Order: sequence, then C-alpha cells, then structure tokens
Amino acid sequence: MEYIPNIIFAAILVLGIGYFTRNIRKLIRNIKLGREVDASDNKGERWKNMARIALGQSKMVKRPIAGFLHIIVYVGFIIINIEVLEIIIDGLFGTHRIGLEVLPESVYGFLIGAFEILAVLVLVSVIAFWIRRNIIKLRRFMANELKGWPKSDADIILYFEVVLMCLFLIMNATDIPFQNMGHGNIISQFIAPWFEGMSEGTLHIIERTAWWLHIVGILIFLNYLYFSKHLHILLAFPNTYYGRVTPKGQFNNLEAVTNEVKLMMDPNADPFAAPAEGAEEEVPEKFGASDATDLNQIQLLNAYTCTECGRCTAECPANLTGKKLSPRKIMMDTRDRLEDIGKNIDANNGEFKDDGKQLLGDYITAEELWACTTCNACVEACPVSIDPLSIIMDMRRYLVMEQSAAPMELNTMMTNIENNGAPWPYNQQDRLNWKDE
Amino acid sequence: MSEELKVPTMAEYMAEGKQPEILFWVGSAGSYDDRAKKITRAFVKILNKANVDFAVLGAEESNTGDVAKRAGNEFLFQMQAMMNIEVLNAYEVKRIVTCDPHSFNCLKNEYPGLGGHYDVVHHTQFIKQLISEGKLTIEGNTYKGKRITFHDPCYLGRGNGEYEAPRDVLKHTNGNILEMKRHKRTGMCCGAGGAQMFKEPEKGDMDVNVLRTEQALETKPDIIATGCPYCNTMMTDGVKAKEKENEVTVLDIAELIANS
Repeated sequence: MEYIPNIIFAAILVLGIGYFTRNIRKLIRNIKLGREVDASDNKGERWKNMARIALGQSKMVKRPIAGFLHIIVYVGFIIINIEVLEIIIDGLFGTHRIGLEVLPESVYGFLIGAFEILAVLVLVSVIAFWIRRNIIKLRRFMANELKGWPKSDADIILYFEVVLMCLFLIMNATDIPFQNMGHGNIISQFIAPWFEGMSEGTLHIIERTAWWLHIVGILIFLNYLYFSKHLHILLAFPNTYYGRVTPKGQFNNLEAVTNEVKLMMDPNADPFAAPAEGAEEEVPEKFGASDATDLNQIQLLNAYTCTECGRCTAECPANLTGKKLSPRKIMMDTRDRLEDIGKNIDANNGEFKDDGKQLLGDYITAEELWACTTCNACVEACPVSIDPLSIIMDMRRYLVMEQSAAPMELNTMMTNIENNGAPWPYNQQDRLNWKDE
Repeated sequence: MSEELKVPTMAEYMAEGKQPEILFWVGSAGSYDDRAKKITRAFVKILNKANVDFAVLGAEESNTGDVAKRAGNEFLFQMQAMMNIEVLNAYEVKRIVTCDPHSFNCLKNEYPGLGGHYDVVHHTQFIKQLISEGKLTIEGNTYKGKRITFHDPCYLGRGNGEYEAPRDVLKHTNGNILEMKRHKRTGMCCGAGGAQMFKEPEKGDMDVNVLRTEQALETKPDIIATGCPYCNTMMTDGVKAKEKENEVTVLDIAELIANS
C-alpha cells in the first residue's frame, strides 16, 4: 500500500507527458503540411540569432518595462523548473526533498532561497502584466482580434502562473522540517506564521496538497500550451533559428515564375511545342498562397510561435491609421486555419476533406492584404522573428497572378509598366527629358 | 532650372569605347515625376561638381519591376528584371547608384537571383563616400542652423540596415538635425510603399502620410529631409494637408547638399 502515491504519481506523469507529446506530434505534422523550404544556409548566423533573440531576449527589451518584466518571468520559469526535477524524483521514489540528501544544507538552502525570491518576483511581474491588460488596457491588448478566447487565454495563463507560484511558496511554508532547518526559507518564513496554531497533521496535509497541486498544475500548464498562444516558450527557439537571415527588403523570387519567364523570353523556344512525355500529369504549381497549406513550413511555424503580443500591430502604419490590417491577426488567422485543417484531417482518417473554406477570404480578407505598405515595421518589431509580411505578399501574389484581382488602379499601373516601362503612361523615349528641363 | 548638366549615356560611352566608373540608375519616378526630376537634377549637379565619371541608360532604362513585385505581380517583375539585366550585362555594368531606395533594394537584393550582380549604392551612401574622399566639398552656409528632421525610407533603413549614411551626409549642411520619436529601426513608413503610391488607400481614420507628417512636425522642423522620391511626394502632400507649406519644406538630401 505504501507505494500507491508513487504509482499514482508515475501514472499522472506519464499521462501528462504522453498527451503533450501527442499534441506536439500533431503540431509537427501540421507544420509539415506547408511547402518545404530550404533553410540549411548560414548555420552560424542562425545559431547566433537564436542565442541573441530567444535566449538573450534582445528584442524584448526594446520596450523596456514589458521587456524587464518578461525577463523576470522567463528566468523565473527556467530556474524554478530545477525545483520540478526534485519534485519528480521525490514523487517517483517516495523521498522527501532529495536535494537535501545530495547537496550540503547551505547549497540546498541557497537554491531554494533563490527560487523563493524568483517566485515572488514572478508573482509581482505577472500581476503587473494582468494590470496592463485589464486595468490600464494598453491599446495593443484591446484590438478586435483579441476579443473572446484570445483575451481569456491570455488571462488564464497569468492566473496559472499566480497559482503555481503561490503553491510553491505555501508548500515551503508548511513544511515543518524545512522551516526548522532555517536555510532557504527567505520568503516562506514570513508566510509560515499565517498557518500558526494549526496542528502538525493539518500542516502536513496542506503541504502535501500544495505539493501535489503544484506538480499536477505544471503538467496541466504544459498541456495547455498547445491550445493556447503560449507555445512561444518552446517555439521561440526554432523560430528565431529559422528567422530570415537576408536583408528585410529582399523578397524571394518565385522560381516557378522564373522558369516561365525564361521560356517566354527565349527566342528559340517553340510556343507550340507539345509538353514533354509524362509532363501532362503534373498539376502546375499554384502561384502565391490562398490557403495555409500553400505557405511554407517556416511561415506555419511562425503562426504557432506567435504569442499575440501585438508589438507588430502597434507599429503597423496601416493599423495606426485605422485600416483593417493587423499583422498579428494575419498570424492568428493562419494558425486558426492550420488548426482547422489539422482537425479536419484527424476527423477524416488522415485525409483532408474539402470544407469549402480557405485562408484567403474566409479568414483574411483582400482588404487587409491591400492595406500593407510592405514597410517591414511588423517584422522588425517581432521579439521572436516572425515575418507576417511574407504571408501578406504570398497572398497578394495569389490574388494578382491566379485571380487577376488587383485593385483597378494597380492594374492600370502594371499595364503601364508592360507597355512603356514606367508605372505612368509616359513614353519610354522620354526617359531622359529631365536633362534639359 | 536652366543650368547645363552633363549627362552622358551608356550608349555614348560605348561608342567611344569607354566604360564609366558608375551607372546612375534614374528610376521611373526620377525620370518622369515632376518633383522627383528636381532630385535627379540636383544629384547630377553633385556628380558633375565632384567630376564623377558616370553615365545613365536614358531611353534604354526601364522600370525595375519593384512596384509590380510588391503588388504581387511576380511575372511582370521578373520580365522587367530580365530585360534590364540583359541591358546592364551587355554594357558590363559593375557599379550602380540610384536616388530611389526601392530601385536600390530591388537591384541590390532581387536582381542577383536572376543573373544581375552589381555593386549597388544609394545616393546618400555615394555622397558620403564623395565627401570622405575629398571629391566633394560643401560650404554649408545655406542651411546653417536650420531645423532639419530626416525621415527614414523603409527600403533603405529597415529593408537594408542603412541608417547612418543619410545622417552623416546631413551633418555637412550644418543644420540642426532633429530626430522624430519614430526613427531608424522604428521609423514609420510614409505610406507609399508596397504599391500604395499607385492606389487609393483602404478605408481608415486617416492617411499614413498625414500621420507621418504629424510625427515630423512634432520636431518643429524647417525642413523635412527625405532620401526617396516617393517619401518626398507623400511628405510634401502631408505638409500641405496640415497647411504648413509656408513654414516647412520637404527636400531630398541630394537637393540639400547640392544647395549647400
């Protein structure tokens, strides 16, 4: 009978990690629905970007207050997880504070003391975050695309962190031998008096309850990630690695187009040539993107990484002047659509069944896409190297090259370029007239 | 403007069996737009003054295709690019300077993939080089003490990481250089990029150029300096919209230097 808690613990652990693994697999499968993209270049620079931007949080601190608070939560999160390691060992083997047995009392006390201080700092930061969202109501948290679930999601994450930090401190405060030891209870010694007068048995029950809720809470949080905007704590790392390493102004040249244009311009090409044998079966590649699966895998990873902070939208000139475009919404829509496609595949035995919807039109409207000035402010602002602009561009390409659905004035402009090599209807022979004017 | 400018063409150079040091890519705006043509002339004035051995393509130049690409028409872009590359490569062009950051970005970053490899510089970078090599001297009296704020063009700044060259050059006007709240990396677009220049804006509360002009006016400038013909148009319109055209002038860095 004495092993029952250990068995329950092991079962919960396996269940929690198992379900998480299952969802991560689903996430990887969904990302692989995108077009393949070669990112095997510039390995050194990519690792450096990851170290600097994800690990070093270099872009977070561009907004100093939010950046500072975020670093506390981030460091707290990573360091307090060392404590989770102890909890797991204790839980599996029925030990209590195994750390005390392998480490000198002073070292162990130092570690736990540091965790306690971090826990309080995290609490303070998380409360500050909550105030920014719910009382100060910063403009970027009040946008239309955050109404409903995204708003609740953001708050739930903050509540989770408050509860986890409180449980950790209560667990320490009600641990009589730990309090008696007098090392590392830097914060919890001030919480312990709240429980004064309670019997040892009651304290033990509170301590055990806090301990169990803490680890179960962590596992629930881990599994909540996939369903929330909070995946960035994991995906920021690959995402910054795969972030662009070319100048931001450089847009990719579509290879499929290059082949066609070369053929068109080749004086030796036979316009009436029959397609080569076997080529008839091939479906020609779609130009641009109308659905999430037309995007490339890095763009889809971008969508899962987005934590909806809205720094992109806060810098977007179109959004700031009241246009519908919000780069954050582009990322949220892409993820929503990709999730819908993934669920559709799960529901239909691994095969996507046409649901009459697509990213373009049903999620993102042409009006949003045409409002973009391609200024790269959103790309620059993103703290985790997401590129909403590339998605906007791929969808514009579809609108123009597959649907001929450009705004009329742009069609006029393009016709002018085709006819006389300038966006205006001027004669190419007059290009040098400025010289004598 | 009536002063004589020396503007040789590549064809003329070729006829003499010579090769200029650098090709001046004028661009569509610089060739046809009345306001931008003044920038073109101002830059040529600088080139002439510094005795730069340059040439233009003249009627052999065609639109880079940049704006078609941003509009989503990759076909038209690549057709334009390949035609231009044929011309540029036939003349064995090695180095290009342009006053248009959009042409600059397109020639520099997007042409290589299609077979056009050139050393491309923006005119502010080129002027900076002329000054540092001592080929161009500036008296710096005209704008002495004037309040000047510089509006970063997206495709020079964020697009290609060049924030310093225009500012370094501006210092030589002896003006009082002021920064807007949003500058360099966080500089805000004038509203013309991404083919917006050629279409009506989508529905919203205000126009981007007016918002950007308001930001510029916060610095209480005498002059808003630009480095792009499209930004110039947008900021000029913005200043008119705010009815400040009697107090604030919008000038390209080339014009500021040519007049200094």
